[in-house]
Amino acid sequence: MNARTDEKERKKIKAVKKMKEIMTFYYIDAKTASETGKKVAWITSGGPVEPLIAMDVIPVYPENHGAMIGAAKMGVELCEKAEAMGYSGDLCSYARSDIACATVNGGPIGGLPRPDMLVCCNNICGTVLKWYEIQARYFNCPLFILDTPFCHTSFSAEAKRYVRRQIDEYITFLEDVCKKPFDRDRMAEVGRLSIEGQRLWQAVLDTTINRPAPMTAFDAFFHLALIVTLRGTQQAVDYYRLLLDEMNERVREGVGAVDEEKYRLLWDNLPIWYRTKWLSDKFAAHGACLVADTYTSAWCSSLKYMNEDDFLESMAEGYTRIYLNIGVDEMARTVIAMIDKYGADGLVMHSNRSCKPYSLGQYDIRSIVERERGVPTLIIEADMCDERNFAEAQIEGRIDAFMEMMAAKGSA
Amino acid sequence: MITAGVDIGSITAKAAVLKEGEVLAVSVGFTGYNAAQAGMKVLAEALAEAGVAMEGVDAVAATGYGRRSLPVAGTIVTEITCHAAGVHLLHPRIRTLVDIGGQDSKAILMGDDGKVKNFVMNDKCAAGTGRFLEVMARALEVDLDSFGELSQRAERAARISNLCTVFAESEVISLIAAGEERENIIAGIHEAIGSRVFAMINRLGYKEPIMMTGGVAKNKGVVAALERQLGCPIEISPYAQCMGAIGAAVVAREK
Repeated sequence: MNARTDEKERKKIKAVKKMKEIMTFYYIDAKTASETGKKVAWITSGGPVEPLIAMDVIPVYPENHGAMIGAAKMGVELCEKAEAMGYSGDLCSYARSDIACATVNGGPIGGLPRPDMLVCCNNICGTVLKWYEIQARYFNCPLFILDTPFCHTSFSAEAKRYVRRQIDEYITFLEDVCKKPFDRDRMAEVGRLSIEGQRLWQAVLDTTINRPAPMTAFDAFFHLALIVTLRGTQQAVDYYRLLLDEMNERVREGVGAVDEEKYRLLWDNLPIWYRTKWLSDKFAAHGACLVADTYTSAWCSSLKYMNEDDFLESMAEGYTRIYLNIGVDEMARTVIAMIDKYGADGLVMHSNRSCKPYSLGQYDIRSIVERERGVPTLIIEADMCDERNFAEAQIEGRIDAFMEMMAAKGSA
Repeated sequence: MITAGVDIGSITAKAAVLKEGEVLAVSVGFTGYNAAQAGMKVLAEALAEAGVAMEGVDAVAATGYGRRSLPVAGTIVTEITCHAAGVHLLHPRIRTLVDIGGQDSKAILMGDDGKVKNFVMNDKCAAGTGRFLEVMARALEVDLDSFGELSQRAERAARISNLCTVFAESEVISLIAAGEERENIIAGIHEAIGSRVFAMINRLGYKEPIMMTGGVAKNKGVVAALERQLGCPIEISPYAQCMGAIGAAVVAREK
């Protein structure tokens, strides 16, 4: 082995293996639920999963599945199938992939297990409402909708009462579907584990404050899966503790994710799943490390509103005040705080054809960030899952020009 | 020191030969399907005109969409950096640069040091680019080079509301069918491009003096439409189309 291979080996994150193992067992468990007598719920990525865990229901995420479809480069095929079914090409590519996949059991894992119920929370977008209604009709199963009012400038007491009432309705819904009473002690335990998992995830993400950063946002996109799918379980807590130890060790040994880290960038919006490797290599070739992102941090950004001693009471606020459910000014403040915290020299915004709530306002955020911090922004137009919206030559030109500009600034 | 720059764009390839910051020669040709061949051809032409042998060139840089294909390039750099470098060499007062090429348009804000301070590019769409004009010229059966002159004879600009090249083409065909004067349609097309580019420049926040480069800068109609929107004059370099190649030759010298 030469020095180059040694270095490559040293940069590999060991926890990846464990993660793949956990996700494999998780999907086996979910796909064999009908044989083991467990119930399966499909839930939106920003949905309140903890009560499901407390009821021993296996949560399954069409959006996590969508990411897998995208990473496996199977998005276009499924999107085209959905378009042939009559769905508009302007619709979110996760929604199109999921709707099409349900009818053919396609994708990298042969489709998701049939749901016994659907749980939809509109804190991430409005598309999920119609998407889940379509699936509820297709699978003929009950649907619970948690409506979280948009927080334009603040979170009112009325909004809090409104969402809190729905949490009670959610519990009644679960008792009806599962035909068993809700165990509040178990719920309190799950809530504590959820918060502990989120804190550990935040701690993992914060290791990139160090220079060089021990991991990149591209690594975070991968390790995110557990805090989304297994939030509220001991397994997620144990995994993130393991990952945090490994990252801290890398920090102690000075192992950086990118060779000769010269520039530190902040990523905004969902990953471009079918191109994460290409993008990661592209930025690394310029000595640029994507040290943080607004996407993976969304699964721990509500910690400030959460109370681990009274999870049910605080979750109404925590689930409503997430990044995609707040006004542009507050989003800009969040981005600026991240630029300061992680010492970012530039902002990379993925203008995502699929995700309108995430992409609307990006140009305003760009101007605010530039005005407040003098940090330049690169905008990449693409789509998280539908490769037909990715133009390599144009995107490559933009990245190269942006990095040339950063280099010229550095030498000025 | 003699350096050369080659800009292989989506429609045309351009080459420039520089000696100590002086432009010795430029050359333009169509890119076609073989980017490397087109790049080498314009380079050979420019060298012949400059009376310099390939061996006499100290450094070559390539830019444009085909920048990675030129076998003799020692440096590969994007058009953004090159257009700014070229303009800084020949027109150092310029602070905002609008480059409209075959398949993209961009606005570049330049610092006092001639370096790129910020830039924006058109979104993934051909409207407001050279390709858009080519499609319209075909629909109107007019030679693209006469577009500028024809539009200046227009009584009024026809209204082209669609920003999509494909839809705008159908709109133009409808206008032809309705008996609208060709000159008015062309003026309308220029207005449509002007509005689109103006919106892009505004997103960047521009600073005078402003210069336009790229092949479309040769079209007086587009320049006039954009000037009306901006409310200030736009300078056009005699080397507008070859600015990327000239800038590449400047970058080749710096490396």
